[in-house]
Amino acid sequence: MEALTAKNVTKRYTNHLALDNVSLTIPAKTIFGLLGPNGAGKTTFIRIINQIINSDGGEITIFGERLQPKHIETIGYLPEERGLYKKLKVGEQLIYLARLKGLSRKDAVEKSKAWVKKFEVTDWWNKKVEDLSKGMAQKVQFISTVMHEPRLIILDEPFSGFDPVNAQLITQEILELKEKGCTIIFSTHRMETVEDLCDHIALIDKSKKILEGSKKQVKQTYRSNTYWVEHKGSLPPSSLNYQLIEQRSLEDGFFKSVIKVNNGTSPNILIRDLTELTEVHSFVEKIPTMSEIFISLVKGVRHE
Amino acid sequence: MNKILLIIQREFLNRVQKKSFLIATILLPLIFPAIMAILVYAAIEQRKNAEKETIYYVDESGFFVPDTSKFRFKRFEVDVNTAKQAFQESQSSYGLLYIPRFDLANPRGVSLYTKVNPSPNEIGDLEYMLSNRIRELKMQKFKIDQKLLDSLKTDVSIQSINVSDAGLEKSSDSKVLFGVGMTCGILMYMFIFIYGAQIMQGIIEEKTSKVVEVIVSSVKPFQLMMGKIVGLASVGLLQFLIWIVLITTLSSVVLALFGVEMPQQQMMNEMSQDNPAMQNQAGMEFLKAMGQIPFGFVIFNFLFYFLGGYLLYGALFAAVGSAVDSPAEAQQFMFPITIPMLISYFGLFTFILEDPHGPISVWLSIIPFTSPIAMMGRIGFGVPEWQLILSMVSLIGGFMFTTWVAGRIYRVGILMHGTKINYKVMAKWFMMKG
Repeated sequence: MEALTAKNVTKRYTNHLALDNVSLTIPAKTIFGLLGPNGAGKTTFIRIINQIINSDGGEITIFGERLQPKHIETIGYLPEERGLYKKLKVGEQLIYLARLKGLSRKDAVEKSKAWVKKFEVTDWWNKKVEDLSKGMAQKVQFISTVMHEPRLIILDEPFSGFDPVNAQLITQEILELKEKGCTIIFSTHRMETVEDLCDHIALIDKSKKILEGSKKQVKQTYRSNTYWVEHKGSLPPSSLNYQLIEQRSLEDGFFKSVIKVNNGTSPNILIRDLTELTEVHSFVEKIPTMSEIFISLVKGVRHE
Repeated sequence: MNKILLIIQREFLNRVQKKSFLIATILLPLIFPAIMAILVYAAIEQRKNAEKETIYYVDESGFFVPDTSKFRFKRFEVDVNTAKQAFQESQSSYGLLYIPRFDLANPRGVSLYTKVNPSPNEIGDLEYMLSNRIRELKMQKFKIDQKLLDSLKTDVSIQSINVSDAGLEKSSDSKVLFGVGMTCGILMYMFIFIYGAQIMQGIIEEKTSKVVEVIVSSVKPFQLMMGKIVGLASVGLLQFLIWIVLITTLSSVVLALFGVEMPQQQMMNEMSQDNPAMQNQAGMEFLKAMGQIPFGFVIFNFLFYFLGGYLLYGALFAAVGSAVDSPAEAQQFMFPITIPMLISYFGLFTFILEDPHGPISVWLSIIPFTSPIAMMGRIGFGVPEWQLILSMVSLIGGFMFTTWVAGRIYRVGILMHGTKINYKVMAKWFMMKG
């Protein structure tokens, strides 16, 4: 089942097109990475899902239903520009935000207490937000995003402002939420995050979606038939079956090379060829990182 | 709908739970009279203790008898030109009064030379002194003695009685009505400004702390704006309620302590000191007139116009708050909002209270942007029912209009950061669909 589908979603501002016929499918119970450079239209798309703004055209369904005001309660949203009421105490703040999401007072109190306990921040309950550190406030904000148990959680740059310890805590929490059956949309620039956590990704650039699929598929698509090889004794620049792209000499006559095989050549043939030329110590396929794919695609579009 | 209530409740509690609310609510009714009393006291003391200025005079007429209660006088027995020179060289003297030879029937040519510009009060004092002296001289000339003059003088005081439609007769005192109108008008001006500015400040805070995006993912921007405006209005109403109770209690305590001697009456006593017979009568008249003012009616209207005016201007303040990133940036947009307020505020002093039934006064009290202040100025003088109803209806229409306009600007504005704002941009936001 799909957590969210978007069909030909378009949003036009007076001077520019923010989203141009964007269609996306976000499978349920996955972590979905919404990628793209600054100003590509990610935030606009997220705001449309959150019904903060309306699209000019296209259709969005959420868990099979057309997007409606009642779905506000189904969604938890952590905006990139985050903030809380500075003068309000943590406890009151959490209860207020949860009630705005439709929880009853009793539920809101219960859930917020449970969450502060879980995050070991019970003694902040009566502190004003302005007295908290930035990281502390971020934790409170994360709690406010997930405490009404939304089925779809949208996190815009969730790790900015967290120290590694807290980032780890949040990562753990996100994975746990996924286990519980939540669908999580990540909007981020941090490719390590995508590499580690995301199952599916979509790349938006210049208002258009230019790539979508599971992480595995995407990587498969952008494989370049290149291999990392560590070997003793240098290699000739090219042969019938491969091209030597890069050769770096290490200590004691060792080399590390990047080798691209020609079409129709299997890794086995390459190894066979290499063993005749040099002493092979390691052989690994050079799978493109998300970062490389991102850069090559976005740059490619820019150059058009 | 439920969520609006939640926001109203939150806004209300946020303000009411603050210490500053408690302090303002309890101290304000005490502070204002206290400040006024101190100022009046200081002014009286200053007058009493002021050093008398020295005035030189050259009297060619030979009639002048200096009255030394206000100034010290020193006669120069020289011609005016020498006197002028001496005056210019002297350090301590304040002025040089020159009284030429004059005809009693047509005194001309009296001049006062000073080094600094004299105040109207001082000129007035000297004029009074001279005209009194001339009067005396004339009385001697026409052989009139003071007794005869006194017996000619008769006091007639007209009691103005307002005949209402119901045929009831109410005695009215236009001075008291003037005071009531002025107080209500000034209070209205202050409150609309104070509360309007609070809305704006609250919205700017929400915008700069970035919490607004979280909130509008749960509620519609319009709900958030209305929740804020109404929440603050309820704070205002609570504050008024406390003040009314506080002032009523306080004044009855004061009345009980000092017997019948109301502060206002004391004031009247001072004013009519020279005529003790009149004193009691005037005090009674004043009390009677105070009693005739329908305070319940005035308070009801005050609350209505406060709410209406506050909602009308509050929406505009909200729109400004949503558009800008800082209070400093808001200044330029405040000016056009304050113009109609200023018009009615100055109108209050210049013509509304002087001529409450004149056409400009009537129209200002009907046009929604000026009506809260203008109508409060007129209310004590009796406003025809049709005007009151028309004014109220147009005020309600007015705030619905401004709320609608403000809502459209607000929904876009709160999500915009770091954009350069001018009226064109705001107009664009207003036109923007969904």
